Amino acid sequence: MSGFDTGVHLIYLACATLFVVGLHLMNAPATARRGNQISAAGMIVAIATTAVVLIDDGRSGVMAVTALTVGAVAGAAAGMIAARRVQMTAMPQLVSLFNAVGGGAAALIALGDRATGAQAAVTGALDVVIGGITFSGSLIASGKLAGQIPGRPVIVPAGRILSALLAVAAGGLAVLAGPERSPVALAAVAACALVIGVLLTLPIGGADMPVVISLLNACTGTAVAMAGFVLDSTPLIIAGALVGSAGAILTKLMADAMNRSILAIVAGGYGTGDAAVVPVAAGASGVREITADDAAIQLAYATKVVIVPGYGLAAAQAQHEAVALAQALTDHGVDVSYGIHPVAGRMPGHMNVLLAEANAPYEQLKDLDEINPAFAGTDVVLVVGANDVTNPAARRPGNPVSGMPIVDVDKARSVIVIKRSLGHGYAGIDNELYTDPKTAMLFADAKAGLAALQAAVHVYAAG
Amino acid sequence: MNPLLMADLTVFTLALLVGFEVISKVPATLHTPLMSGANAIHGVVLIGVMLLAATTSTMAGYVLLAVAAFFGAANVAGGYAVTDRMLAMFRSRS
Repeated sequence: MSGFDTGVHLIYLACATLFVVGLHLMNAPATARRGNQISAAGMIVAIATTAVVLIDDGRSGVMAVTALTVGAVAGAAAGMIAARRVQMTAMPQLVSLFNAVGGGAAALIALGDRATGAQAAVTGALDVVIGGITFSGSLIASGKLAGQIPGRPVIVPAGRILSALLAVAAGGLAVLAGPERSPVALAAVAACALVIGVLLTLPIGGADMPVVISLLNACTGTAVAMAGFVLDSTPLIIAGALVGSAGAILTKLMADAMNRSILAIVAGGYGTGDAAVVPVAAGASGVREITADDAAIQLAYATKVVIVPGYGLAAAQAQHEAVALAQALTDHGVDVSYGIHPVAGRMPGHMNVLLAEANAPYEQLKDLDEINPAFAGTDVVLVVGANDVTNPAARRPGNPVSGMPIVDVDKARSVIVIKRSLGHGYAGIDNELYTDPKTAMLFADAKAGLAALQAAVHVYAAG
Repeated sequence: MNPLLMADLTVFTLALLVGFEVISKVPATLHTPLMSGANAIHGVVLIGVMLLAATTSTMAGYVLLAVAAFFGAANVAGGYAVTDRMLAMFRSRS
């Protein structure tokens, strides 16, 4: 190994270290931004080093360098513009889109590289398959999250059989490509993978998306690591493996939080995405209604209030109203925090970003482990747009939510639920919380209900 | 199995384990920026695309190179920018 090669290798190693340190700093809100910046610094050094390697190598033609530069400059500009303009509620589809292009680039590397031999043949085929599935799968997921493709499960006739046949065909074509890595055969493998990605993602319901985008993220990481094997490039292998484990952990956490197995989610066909509005039956048995004024007085009198936001709050984009109400209560001397279930929102942790955007201080954002022990000392819990994740039936066996981790709102002294109707959640069962004697229902849209509460708290606090 | 592949596999496996160890400690509050930040890290794929330039010499190759560079650069630049934007919103009680 020449001195130059040694230097390059050591710089790459330093960059990989910066990625790990950056991810490590993401474990607390106070240091997370610095962590991301350290990771970005490592990336800039790694890219600059690779540019020096290319110049030193000297084999790249003018055309290749031009194609590379034009593509990269245009891509960077497109990425930056999308990153600047995106609304926080649209974050899941943008992350999914970035995931798609990452997987696509990884697959293209295996298609474009001319390395031969057994190692390149095996890892290259894996790269094309995983990268191709991730590319088309993430595009479909992004379309579903953005509402351009129906969020409900789209059933393709004989889709699973077709996927299986295509998988076999891709395997056969990969063998046919052989150690010489025939470009035509590999392109056919890529085509099969692209169709498989579409067929796998279309039947998955909108509410399962937090799991799906975590899984696709893990796949992209793996595809990038495979590209690293093809090119024998350590930074790609390390970074790909890091992302692969991040995606795998999030996938497992999300699937557990939804009480579903990863296999069942990938099989698809479950749920409709958004729950239908069921009209409130007059005098529904055991349900107590409350007006916004009475609820506001109850909140303002409390010492400790916990707001439990769910998917419905994200869908109604009511995060600003929720934070405004929390601020009004805080100003009135009430201790307010948010109890956030892992699957509230459309991607892992999405609710926290929405509340942070609306200026909720992060000390008030509590996850399940923090908030559940605190309910015994809580006067009022305000549940907004969350259903199944508050259902006490989860503690009993024998129903669709059994064993699911829930927010223990029923342990508080009283509960106010803002909800449009008594309609069912994702699991399709009655929520026993609503008929609990200490629960009062405020039937309203999340945004309108929270705004009414805030106005009433203001009047009460002023008087 | 050649020594090069052995070394690559070792690095891959250890990096997976380091990833699990480091990322398991990230609280649920930060899961979205974590995923977005991890997403940006796989933008390292741009390095792989750059290395392709050394061996590309056909018209189809140039097109593939430009598309791959576009994808990789969008991933890395957009990923870091959007993660930074999100994390800037996580403010402490002022």
